[in-house]
Amino acid sequence: MQTPAPFGYERATSVDHAIQLLEQLGPEARLVAGGHSLLPMMKIRLAQPEHLIDINPLAAELGSISIDGDSLVIGAMTRHNDLLASPLVGEHFPILQDAERVIADPVVRNRGTVGGSLCQADPAEDLSAALSALHATATIRGSGGSRSVPVRELHVGPYETVVGDAEILTEIRVPIRNGCGSAYEKVERRVGDWAIASAAAVVWMDGGIITDAGIGLAAVGADHFVSPAAEAALRGQQPTEEVIVAAAAAAAAECNPSTDQRGPAEYKRHLAGELTARALRRAVARAQGGQ
Amino acid sequence: MSHDHHNMVSVSVTVNGEARTEECEARMLLVHFIREKLGLTGTHWGCDTSNCGVCVVSVDGQPVKSCTMLAAMADGAELTTVEGLETADGLHPIQQGFMECHGLQCGFCTPGMMIAAKSLLEQNPNPTEHEIRDGLSGQLCRCTGYHNIVKAVQFAAEKMSASQEGASS
Repeated sequence: MQTPAPFGYERATSVDHAIQLLEQLGPEARLVAGGHSLLPMMKIRLAQPEHLIDINPLAAELGSISIDGDSLVIGAMTRHNDLLASPLVGEHFPILQDAERVIADPVVRNRGTVGGSLCQADPAEDLSAALSALHATATIRGSGGSRSVPVRELHVGPYETVVGDAEILTEIRVPIRNGCGSAYEKVERRVGDWAIASAAAVVWMDGGIITDAGIGLAAVGADHFVSPAAEAALRGQQPTEEVIVAAAAAAAAECNPSTDQRGPAEYKRHLAGELTARALRRAVARAQGGQ
Repeated sequence: MSHDHHNMVSVSVTVNGEARTEECEARMLLVHFIREKLGLTGTHWGCDTSNCGVCVVSVDGQPVKSCTMLAAMADGAELTTVEGLETADGLHPIQQGFMECHGLQCGFCTPGMMIAAKSLLEQNPNPTEHEIRDGLSGQLCRCTGYHNIVKAVQFAAEKMSASQEGASS
């Protein structure tokens, strides 16, 4: 039987209460939301927090999806299935629903949260790549107030984020700009598995020209889940097949996959390029009003 | 919920319509709470890694893998386990479907499969074969090849929509 080591259990009743508990209990306390990453790690003792602070009661406070000015705001406690089902998300950023469809399975998506996935910072995590490509920002709150961090700067390494010991990720803000098209492509060994490789593509177009782009990569060792070289290859260009293939090649060259049980490094590098090209083609078609 | 001391919690749930309160360690997983504290062993315990889906129960109307949820997190929740499917009128249409269409062989995955199928049909009363396969993709079955499970869910969908029409006419 796999059971976590003993811990003290606390239940937060508000964001402020959660922060207060984190300060009071110290760095060996961890927040738990959906628990679908943390509890499995606790069962095999990869994580052994002394205290768990259950933030599921904050689902109402932190679980909404809304438009605020020119941003789509996704509460950190938004469950994966709610992101998948949201008409607002589908209207503005279909890439997030492309990604959600291939995150675990429908039952896991009932519990897992957007904020939990980002804070887990697994190198193969899908939303980290998609939200990095979208140039989203994360709002992080502590007792001194809130700060805003680009999702691209949220992760400092595998399973490590800039969220402090006594801080909580409260929301993700995705800027809404005209002419946006986005798509996500992933290859996995079987339904619901982590990616062997995946690519997120976002283009912003004006008059047939890509004015800005975001290319995200998961599971292939890309720094901060992105490929700046691929983005640079797209900016200011018309979205021709030649340009798409060049950007995909730049993404493949820039990432740094390693060989593991999911496949050899060269296969993953090939996938990174191919999936970037496929995602770009769909993103451009969506920006131009197609599916 | 009260804390007797550091690592113990008291968990109150309504399970299959019955209110129950039990003490347990904070680290106790919901699947073990259901089996060992509530004495309901119809819910199975399988891979322990949220992959296989045999431990799926309904928590406040949504299917959840109970090996990956603390019992403490279910405090105040309404649970439905496989034991709660049957009604005064007899077997639930999903149970009938699994029986009629041979949707099980060894039966180990069946409780979780049926709870997930119930949720699927509540959200989508008339699913396509693809939607059934996608909806049950969090459940593993090593016997049937899924074919008869899909048929069982289709049987239940037809039976349930027929009784809906009968009720409304």
